[in-house]
Amino acid sequence: MPFRLTFTKRIEDVPRWYPFVISLGAIVISFVISGILLKLVGGEPLVVGKYFYTAAFGNWAVFSDTLVKATPLILVGLACTVAFKMKLWNIGAEGQFYAGAFAASLVVLIPIVPPDAPRFVTITLMAVMGMIGGAIYGFIPGYLRAKFEINEIITTLMLNYVAIFWNNFWIFNKWSDAGFQMTPTFPKSAWLPRLTDYARPYKTFMETGNPAITGFLKNIGLERISGMTLHLGVVFGLVMVVVVWWILERSRWGYEIKLIGDNPHAAHYAGLNIVRNIVLVMIVSGALAGLAGMSEITGVVHRLQERISPGYGFTGIIIAWLAKLNPFAVIPVAILFGGLILAGREIQPSGLAMLLQGFILFMIISSDVLLRYKLEFTRTRTSGETV
Amino acid sequence: MTHAVEMHDIVVRFPGVLANDHVNFTLQKGEIHALLGENGAGKSTLMNVLAGLYKQTGGILRVHGKPVSFNSPKDAIAAGIGMVHQHFMLVPTQTVTENILLGLDDPKFFLNLSKYDQKILELQEQFGLRVPPTAKIWQLSVGEQQRVEILKTLYRGANILIMDEPTAVLAPQEIDDLMNTLRAMTEQGKSVIFISHKLHEVTQIADRVTVLRKGKVTAEGIDAAGLTPAKLAQLMVGREVVFSVKKSRREPGDVVLKVENVSAHNKKGVPALRGISLSVRSGEILGIAGVAGNGQSELAEVITGLRPCTGKITVNGVDIANRPPIIAINNGVAHIPEDRGKVGSAPNMSITENTIMKNYRHAPVGNGWSIDFLKARNFARKLKKKYDILAPNVRVPARKLSGGNLQKVILAREISAEPKMMVAVQPTRGLDVGAIESIQTLLLEQREAGAAILLISEELEELFTLSDRIAVIYEGEIMGVVSTEETDIQEIGLMMTGSRREPQPSANAQ
Ligand SMILES: Nc1ncnc2c1ncn2[C@@H]1O[C@H](COP(=O)(O)OP(=O)(O)OP(=O)(O)O)[C@@H](O)[C@H]1O
Ligand SMILES: [Mg+2]
Repeated sequence: MPFRLTFTKRIEDVPRWYPFVISLGAIVISFVISGILLKLVGGEPLVVGKYFYTAAFGNWAVFSDTLVKATPLILVGLACTVAFKMKLWNIGAEGQFYAGAFAASLVVLIPIVPPDAPRFVTITLMAVMGMIGGAIYGFIPGYLRAKFEINEIITTLMLNYVAIFWNNFWIFNKWSDAGFQMTPTFPKSAWLPRLTDYARPYKTFMETGNPAITGFLKNIGLERISGMTLHLGVVFGLVMVVVVWWILERSRWGYEIKLIGDNPHAAHYAGLNIVRNIVLVMIVSGALAGLAGMSEITGVVHRLQERISPGYGFTGIIIAWLAKLNPFAVIPVAILFGGLILAGREIQPSGLAMLLQGFILFMIISSDVLLRYKLEFTRTRTSGETV
Repeated sequence: MTHAVEMHDIVVRFPGVLANDHVNFTLQKGEIHALLGENGAGKSTLMNVLAGLYKQTGGILRVHGKPVSFNSPKDAIAAGIGMVHQHFMLVPTQTVTENILLGLDDPKFFLNLSKYDQKILELQEQFGLRVPPTAKIWQLSVGEQQRVEILKTLYRGANILIMDEPTAVLAPQEIDDLMNTLRAMTEQGKSVIFISHKLHEVTQIADRVTVLRKGKVTAEGIDAAGLTPAKLAQLMVGREVVFSVKKSRREPGDVVLKVENVSAHNKKGVPALRGISLSVRSGEILGIAGVAGNGQSELAEVITGLRPCTGKITVNGVDIANRPPIIAINNGVAHIPEDRGKVGSAPNMSITENTIMKNYRHAPVGNGWSIDFLKARNFARKLKKKYDILAPNVRVPARKLSGGNLQKVILAREISAEPKMMVAVQPTRGLDVGAIESIQTLLLEQREAGAAILLISEELEELFTLSDRIAVIYEGEIMGVVSTEETDIQEIGLMMTGSRREPQPSANAQ
């Protein structure tokens, strides 16, 4: 071979933008490979690709749906980000999501507040309960890890299944709606406000026929939001992005998290309480995933039921990794995956979106090599001389 | 005549740093060549190029006359070059033999290892590198681990051995053993490159010397015969260095640290401290002398809360034994740890983040729940200037600093805290002559300001220069405490090998 591929260990730092370009490259390559695969099984990659795009980003209405899918992903992505910063491998966001959904549901299922309570009260209480539920569910593996050095990867993974069974038990045995594996629909006071809800008063105003009012409303394009299901959860997500960023980059605690993540021995020497910090990080991570669960049942499903998550918690791991543990980068990555999930639902073969996700994860993990090594093509001389 | 190694016009550039600026270096066959230079001069970088870890930006490399280009340490090993780094790369839970064979094609599986034990024993015999082949690495002393590293390179057929500051971590006896090994190697035709900051060693052992300053060669392969430490220091620093750190007379104040009947186990679970009692007063430096591994590390760890113990330890009357490290920190105890990489710093965090490790909780760096990173950066910049830390800026991650400069970051952090009590373990390890002088001066300034300092060092010279009193530790017991003025190296040396000195009233004063 006239060329040889060599890996050289990087001695200089890569520029700040480089990891993100690598992530982008990994996504593109995953798309290309999926396309080739699709072609091999007789599909039309370009048609499918175009369909994917229109189904997720084609117009404001579908983009709103994409954002609805992205909302829980932002929150679970943040949950993983916080834990991974400390090199705590919490892969239990899925279980914490269910735990959060369950705990939030208790507010209306027990019920803790009556169905006609003000929406603000119900929603606030549910959000708090959701976070507590997730936090408790994060606390358990955190405590086991901190106190008894029980590997958190295994416990968080196992607890995912426990949470799903736990949920099923209650929705089947206690709060089942006519024997189905779901609870009755929540009262309206437990629904997060959606954009479409604001389109309703718009209709009434339009019916007044007053040209000044209708003209104004038309001008600001309010009619477009009719039917849009984007809900308040997205605001939860965005607020949490800022909160998590502040914690990690500006707060004393964030500094401690990073110090423990980088060198626990040095952190111990510097006087940090590592046991407490592990537990706290798992609590916060769990609370974020729990909030995602709450947002999903109050914003989309409006009841507790089986399969409220198509694996959001696991996707959160990929998202955190792709975003290089940068809270702001979690937003675009979550939107991309939201689009994938949305478009993937309606496409045949049905596993395509999942396959693509798998490829992206694989690519992203292997592309990390490029951060540490330089790839070079070198010409090898044909004279047989060693180089 | 062909040289073992010829490095010609080597350039290595890091972002913001020209680490090697057109460096020429030649190694003759069968010689011991010392490579000297200030902290950050580019010594490790140059040797990492030769060992295939870094790739030069410019310049050529010849080994035994043949041009070579290394893409990995494997290539360098294939060319007969082996390097022993300052931090060892051994697997603690495996045996000596297993470590030596690790990564080789033969054997493929670790079966029937006794056959290899024999081969390794032969190598040991040949070069005087005694270490039991079936012992696990974690059971070995630092000196023995270093021998395993050397054996590893020899087993791979190295005839050019690079040693990066090998003596920094060794006890005097171990240094002698190493010197004998190196001589045996050169007698059998191998060549050795040897980096050191201990100039008297260099004048003793080296055949030739190359000196780097700020990435450039200032003396290329000059004959070592007739060179004095003072002359070497001048070549390194570019000016005359006066070795004259003088401590003033000072009447010590109240007792700050009081250790009473403290016992502790080491990490292997073996008793390491057996009923130690000592005290350090304000404005006083108590030196701890002893052969490495006699309990010094454990003593530092129990005082700073890093190791459980029995007995009583108080700082200004507050009991701090068996309490988390934060208690010692809050009571004004600073700690310069023995292991700067594993304990003292966070490799991927910036110089700034490493310097605020102890003071981020309080103003001005800490600000309620948040950290004022502007103030933190200014703090780090101030330390960088005062302690002469060589780095392009304070955003540089710690792992990119040269060994000596990382040590300076830790010293800067701990000394600048103006502690009431300072536990300093090998504070000047890895520093160049100039830096040693300024750090010793700074330690004396702390003493002047009323700090109590416990100085643990294997350099008797340093102990004599700085200490008011010297306590000798042997197998976890204090053999005696003597006033520096009333003792000499002979007496301390005797106590270090286990002969007890009867307590004298003046020396044992509280
Ligand atoms: N990987 C790296 N990235 C960036 N800069 C580096 C890297 N390695 C070394 N440097 C810089 O290159 C210069 C030379 O470092 P080097 O480690 O060779 O010094 P040294 O002579 O071995 O010093 P010391 O005696 O302190 O060990 C230093 O300024 C150091 O900060
Ligand atoms: Mg060095």
